[in-house]
Amino acid sequence: MIENSERRVVSVIVINEASVLSRITDLFSGRGYNITSLTVAPIPDSKYSRLTIVTSGSIRVIEQITKQLHKLIPVLRVYEHNDIVEKEMALIKFPIAENISDINTLCEAYNGKIVNIGENVIIAMVADEPQRVENFLQAIKRYNPKEIVRSGAVALER
Amino acid sequence: MQISGAQMVIEALKCEGVDTVFGYPGGAIMNVYDEIYKQDYFKHILTRHEQAAVHAAEGYSKASGKVGVAMITSGPGFTNAVTGLADAYMDSIPLVVISGQVPMSLIGTDAFQEIDAVGISRSCTKHNYLVTDAADLPRILKEAFYIAASGRPGPVHVDIPKDVTAQIEKFDYDIKLNLETYKPHVKGNTRQIKKVMEAIAHAKRPLFYLGGGVINANAAYEVRELVHKTGIPAVETFMARGVLSYDDELLVGMLGMHGSYASNMAMSETDLVIALGARFDDRVTGKLSEFAKNADVVHVDIDPASISKLVNADYPIVGDVKNVVLDMLSLCDVVKNEDYSSWRESVNNFNELHPLTFYEDSERLKPQWVIKRVGELLGDGANITTDVGQHQMWTSQFYPFTRPRQFASSGGLGTMGFGFPAAMGVKAASPDKVSINFTGDGSILMNCQELMTAVEKKLPVVNIILNNNFLGMVRQWQTLFYDKRYAETDLQVQPDFVKLAEAFGGLGYRVHTKEEFDAALKDAVEKNVVAFIEVIVYRLENVMPMVPAGGSLFNMMLLEKKGEDND
Repeated sequence: MIENSERRVVSVIVINEASVLSRITDLFSGRGYNITSLTVAPIPDSKYSRLTIVTSGSIRVIEQITKQLHKLIPVLRVYEHNDIVEKEMALIKFPIAENISDINTLCEAYNGKIVNIGENVIIAMVADEPQRVENFLQAIKRYNPKEIVRSGAVALER
Repeated sequence: MQISGAQMVIEALKCEGVDTVFGYPGGAIMNVYDEIYKQDYFKHILTRHEQAAVHAAEGYSKASGKVGVAMITSGPGFTNAVTGLADAYMDSIPLVVISGQVPMSLIGTDAFQEIDAVGISRSCTKHNYLVTDAADLPRILKEAFYIAASGRPGPVHVDIPKDVTAQIEKFDYDIKLNLETYKPHVKGNTRQIKKVMEAIAHAKRPLFYLGGGVINANAAYEVRELVHKTGIPAVETFMARGVLSYDDELLVGMLGMHGSYASNMAMSETDLVIALGARFDDRVTGKLSEFAKNADVVHVDIDPASISKLVNADYPIVGDVKNVVLDMLSLCDVVKNEDYSSWRESVNNFNELHPLTFYEDSERLKPQWVIKRVGELLGDGANITTDVGQHQMWTSQFYPFTRPRQFASSGGLGTMGFGFPAAMGVKAASPDKVSINFTGDGSILMNCQELMTAVEKKLPVVNIILNNNFLGMVRQWQTLFYDKRYAETDLQVQPDFVKLAEAFGGLGYRVHTKEEFDAALKDAVEKNVVAFIEVIVYRLENVMPMVPAGGSLFNMMLLEKKGEDND
């Protein structure tokens, strides 16, 4: 029986110490779990960091992921989210020859704008739900983006 | 107290009550060995290979219930020890393994004997540390011992750069640990336990499924009481041998791939599995979708990740088995009036239909006879270890275990070469019992250099080598599933095991008959020396019964009738 695989967002609060990120990623690779994206940054005014991991798997796999994460010694808390606000940022580099106002209008529709104009390129940013960022990246294909970087999702429970 | 990092290691081991350390010196750990030379807090046993040091520490821990300690140097010293770490991790054995590391200034420069030790041990330890400041050392060592022994036990690795062992800092071991991210859940949920007792009372064919966690939790005698108060039959996993005595009428037997027919049938027929400290390993369950198909599942385990990992638990209880069983005992009245006699009778009928047995041969010794015979002669007076393969399964099937911690074997990882060094550790922890290692002609060569350690440190382990001139278990699979193509399993060319033992100062025996075997064992035990008893056994004996990998428990290959060649 093949169980349905679904996309899930897991947040992990860890002690901000050496090699803690390796412990997390080793666990995922060692047990054959997927990482779609992973972001990590210190939590202000604390000794902890917060990781946001987008992963996929069956309900059973997701349950194992959260339990196995919790077993790691420096892990304080694991949240497997249901009702969340989720955002992702992307930076996109376009040739200067492209239509700047078209690009700017598109960016604005996705909570973004042009953030830098250089001699040869312009750089735009958007920040939105991951699926909408995906849509945006489809829409701007015709403007010949030279380089795209996505931040990975961050999320907070409602 | 201002002392060096190396001295701190010694003082911390003293504070932890360590009386035996297994290890092997080398460049990066020399400062610590210099302090070992000066101290008399504990005994150091020099093994002849780092892997053996860790296995010996495992054996020591298994027999004593204490945290085993091993010490090794950087680079190859550490990589040799990795198999031991992985073994202890799979079988939840509490260890603290201390390794030397190149000085901090050289880390990352590909220095002599440098390896990223914590990077390697991360996936095969419960936790690990790279110590970068001697000021942290007392806390780290204290945490290491605490983490190793608490919760689901396991190995903890502490990697100490050479300059840190030379650094002088304040030593205070009287610190209170505050691990806010690590708080094992030891007390079972009372309401859930009540529900379990009601479920047991409603069940018609309940079955205890006992795992190694019962032994780790030192709960065997409480479990014996619970089993008898309820009158519910029990099956044991390989790791749980000795929880119930072999002659306990409520012990059905071992279950799983080479478990007894009755145990596997009982598991297939039960309507309520009560799993205590077991983890539903694939060698136990066979085909998952057919495992205990008609049953609700109670799962008691200290490790939440073990619950509902493979088999969904209808009654999950996270907690220390001992605590939970004590709670269950206090609620036992609920099932007092239940009568499981007809269920017990049908389980007994399975045992009568296909008992766990073997056929003797007039010409050649059968390996199972040897194990049974040692049981008859030594029984409770021996502690048993094994290597890995056919002899390991036969030992579990035929040795009459009477108490927990009598048996140490590599269950999860299946490490050939485990038995002999582990038996040394068992002997160091339990010197009053005879230390027997059942091994094969394949396994024994994987750590036979430990003859030197055992002879030097007077750890009289009796190694009983069941010699069938084969890597027997692999050969068995080749016979059954590979059309008898014996790829690289036929060990016709062998050392002279008698001379091998003698070359190291031990005693060697080669026996072909029952009389010779009895005499050799008696002699080795009386002389109290390190011994190899090489027993020439029938070459093509198979371990039966058997659930083929991925098959259903109720679909066993059974022992063929006497007279048929089971080649």
